[in-house]
Amino acid sequence: MAELTVVQAINLALAQEMAKDSRVVLLGEDVGKNGGVFRVTEGLQERFGEDRVVDTPLAESGIVATAIGLAMNGMRPVPEIQFEGFLGPAYDQIVHHAGRYRTRSRGAVTIPMTVRVPVGGGIHAPELHSDSPEAIYAHHPGIKVVMPSSPYDAKGLLISAIRDPDPVMFFEPKRIYRAFREEVPEEEYTVPIGKAKIIEEGEDVTVVSWGAPVIQCIKAMDEVESSVELIDLRTVYPWDIETVVESVNKTGRCVVVHEAARTAGYGAEIATTIQERCFLRLEAPVQRVTGFDTVMPYYKLEMDYLPEAPRIVEAIEACAAY
Amino acid sequence: MPLERAYGAEIQRLSILDEHGNFDEKLAKGTLSVDDVVALYRHMTTCRQLDEIAFKLQRSGRMGTYPQNKGQEAAAAGTAFALERSDWIVPCYRENAALFWHGLPMEYVLLHWMGDERGNQIPEGVNVLPLSIPIGTHMLHAVGIAWAAKLRGERTVAAAYFGDGATSEGDFHEAMNFASTLRVPTIFVCQNNRWAISVPIEKQMASETVVQKALAYGMDCIQVDGNDLFAVYKAMRDAVKLGRETGKPTFIEAVTYRMGDHTTADDARRYRDPAEVEEWANKCPLKRLRGWLEGQGAWDQEREDALVAEAEEVVNAAVKRAFDIEKPSTDDIFNYTFAEIPADLKLQRDTLRTNSLSQMPQQETLRPAAGRHQTA
Repeated sequence: MAELTVVQAINLALAQEMAKDSRVVLLGEDVGKNGGVFRVTEGLQERFGEDRVVDTPLAESGIVATAIGLAMNGMRPVPEIQFEGFLGPAYDQIVHHAGRYRTRSRGAVTIPMTVRVPVGGGIHAPELHSDSPEAIYAHHPGIKVVMPSSPYDAKGLLISAIRDPDPVMFFEPKRIYRAFREEVPEEEYTVPIGKAKIIEEGEDVTVVSWGAPVIQCIKAMDEVESSVELIDLRTVYPWDIETVVESVNKTGRCVVVHEAARTAGYGAEIATTIQERCFLRLEAPVQRVTGFDTVMPYYKLEMDYLPEAPRIVEAIEACAAY
Repeated sequence: MPLERAYGAEIQRLSILDEHGNFDEKLAKGTLSVDDVVALYRHMTTCRQLDEIAFKLQRSGRMGTYPQNKGQEAAAAGTAFALERSDWIVPCYRENAALFWHGLPMEYVLLHWMGDERGNQIPEGVNVLPLSIPIGTHMLHAVGIAWAAKLRGERTVAAAYFGDGATSEGDFHEAMNFASTLRVPTIFVCQNNRWAISVPIEKQMASETVVQKALAYGMDCIQVDGNDLFAVYKAMRDAVKLGRETGKPTFIEAVTYRMGDHTTADDARRYRDPAEVEEWANKCPLKRLRGWLEGQGAWDQEREDALVAEAEEVVNAAVKRAFDIEKPSTDDIFNYTFAEIPADLKLQRDTLRTNSLSQMPQQETLRPAAGRHQTA
């Protein structure tokens, strides 16, 4: 079994699904000859040809909207939007078309499409290259939202996403693209969409996170005295309510950690569900460690914005001591 | 007749000083004086120097991602030279020479790429917008700016700068349509540098030229040799005049070349033929300008050497100003979100926390702030 980075694991998943299923096509800006600006699609155009790995014109709405058409007519498109900050022009197509077609056609028209998007901060990137848009898309019906935090999950979740009959936003945290390696099986496997992963079991405080901040949670966990149960949500929508509820019913305390802004962030959804489902078991108010309700700052200040380990440590301790 | 000609048009291409040094005196008449050219050549050389120094800063880890402008200095400087200070420049990010000529101090652009929003805090009276990172979405703002000027009866124009790739975005077409139907004096300056990161223009569009897109919007348009300062200036001067006098927009396609990588995060050797780069190096706007100036007896090696030294000094002084600025306060993350900061946001600012238990008065008993120490 090879030790792979997230980038390599995603590349492997794409290659395997393309080899297995001729309906899978990749399209986007610079995904072909250049292999993507993060090299995620490196070597795929060489291997599968220009008809299946397509350098499109520079138009995000066009990329997603034509992928919708491809999906409607029997293909399994995997469009890439180069950075989350450029999703704006495609938002209308994702939310008002991809997410609605199944419902508005009462199942006659479906969109099996996986939109891959590098997301998140922490890599000293320019403006609009560091946001975390998962709550925006989770809020809209008909769209699944996935965000892995490890190479193993990235591969397994991407294969699930490509095979999924509905549109999936596949958010790839740039900060962990090459941050570490992990054993990733060569053979194909899936990680189910909608299933969280308990990274470590614990008794005192449940910590729920997804994407790059999971790594900060692991760091924080080592610095606190409390016994932490760390849950990586992996799928933001539909999220694994049962795993979280079961954990909080056990610990009575919960800290949710995400990079995006707090207000109307996904932490609010989780905290609300916990108070609905675990009300009599709660020992402390659910805590949210998140980005601030501001514009994501340029990189001189980005580490002050991100929910880094010290802030998580503090929240776990405050929650445990309450 | 069942079939007749519905529409037909010709688009002109303007070239005054070509890469072989051929100079069209007649077309050049009334454009740039020798003194103008000297001033612009000095300016363009300084911008080239900025590219070299910024590249080294990035490579040595002292600056973030930076997009070199080299090769495109004539398109930027020649267009800006035709503007009054009261006119507006709405940039993307590869027209430094236009921004600086229009009054933006060089350190602003450096600060932007050093991850500091103060690089966007445009000084009062400089009619330049901050760099626009998303592709092709800002041209509509230029239309709005020109529209506002029109509503107030001012005779100013707004120039939007963008590349060939940007013309694939839907917003570009909306901007063109709004400008021409509302008849507001926007000048669309397309720096066609042949490459949108790794995608060559042949894959970007099936049209023979970029400029022909303007015909669809009933807009005056011209293609110019974008590495020819005279041609760029003349086209822009005419567009500005037309805009001021009639309110009509113009589209200018400046055919140029991105001599560097897309940004320092890119490696163009992966997708670009070195022979093409070499071919365009011969068409360098600085090179042909220097040749012309020497022909006029207005330039020599001694002056060139002095200029290079001076340019280095100018850039290094700007770099020093950019580096010497105090570290931004974390308060700045919050303070500009609204004219008046909501109470909850103030609490986030003052505690640098988002979890309720650490935003309470007893937070003093907890460990020090995670973020503040970095900026203390």
